[in-house]
Amino acid sequence: MNDCNVILDTLSQQIINAYQKGFPLCNRPFLELANRFNSTEETVIECFQNLQDQQVLSRLGPVFNHQQAGASTLAALAVPDEQLDEIAKKVNQFTQVNHNYAREHSYNLWFVATAANEDALTQCLAHIHRETGFKPLILPMEQAYHIDLGFNIEFSEHTRKR
Amino acid sequence: MTAQQLRFDNIESQTLTPQQQLQLFAAIEQGLPLVAKPYDALAKYLNISEKQVISTIEDWQEQGMIRRFGLVIRHRKLGYVANAMVVWNVNDKSVDDVAAILSKQKVVTLCYRRPRVLPDWPYNLFCMIHGKTRSQVIDQLNEICQHDELANIDKKILFSNKAYKQRGGKYSHTSASGK
Repeated sequence: MNDCNVILDTLSQQIINAYQKGFPLCNRPFLELANRFNSTEETVIECFQNLQDQQVLSRLGPVFNHQQAGASTLAALAVPDEQLDEIAKKVNQFTQVNHNYAREHSYNLWFVATAANEDALTQCLAHIHRETGFKPLILPMEQAYHIDLGFNIEFSEHTRKR
Repeated sequence: MTAQQLRFDNIESQTLTPQQQLQLFAAIEQGLPLVAKPYDALAKYLNISEKQVISTIEDWQEQGMIRRFGLVIRHRKLGYVANAMVVWNVNDKSVDDVAAILSKQKVVTLCYRRPRVLPDWPYNLFCMIHGKTRSQVIDQLNEICQHDELANIDKKILFSNKAYKQRGGKYSHTSASGK
């Protein structure tokens, strides 16, 4: 995945900061947004499509509570630097893995795995161990104190169109 | 896979069977279709009513199975490339208090307690700070550490320098083999 800045118009910026949570649950939700931002339903839908095409929008929909929806854990591998890309690719192949990042530490590959239940999750982690040759550090969440994934984006000059 | 494995047996829904809920769940975890009537489109696809789609999503939100419902953004694309996981080795007795202070900081987006795995991993409290540059994140962390309760806690900051994968969890299509 490339890390790059994209240029967004004002409507996109307004939508991003207003609707990371509380997207309307009604017959024509995009029309509701259009009315609020003095735009048209068609333009708003185009805007979402554009955000998706530019890979800014991962999806429009729910963020589930992993604990309640199934089993989930954070895990990490300590991989020699020269093997990192190769091992990351192996980890990515598991459909249960939904986030996978390189981080600066001796444990340098960090991923989140989710499955329908604890047994399936344990099996998945054992399989990752076998497939990569590295034993995962398994760090399930014990308590969530604060979760605010929909934080306000500060659009800087170079991400602004006008 | 049965609906029970996804724990819909714990979830009260007004009108859908567990099996129908599982189908709706699988459909919306992919994201809503970008059409004028997205809930109606899902309803037609699942052979249920639009009202059932909407009221079930409302139920899931009320019951906490859905944390938020809206745009899920890839922050790196918007310049938030300095994504730091800060891990703290906090005395078990004070972990709740320290977490409460961290949770109140504007720049902290997530704060979790996780188990220590000794001897490799002594850290039990995690928080995330998303920023545009490393120096911005480090400055913000230094500012947070001016709180007396946080000043002397052993901690590490783990910046991520690459995202290999970033998407929502998929519960409904997982199998033990993983491929």
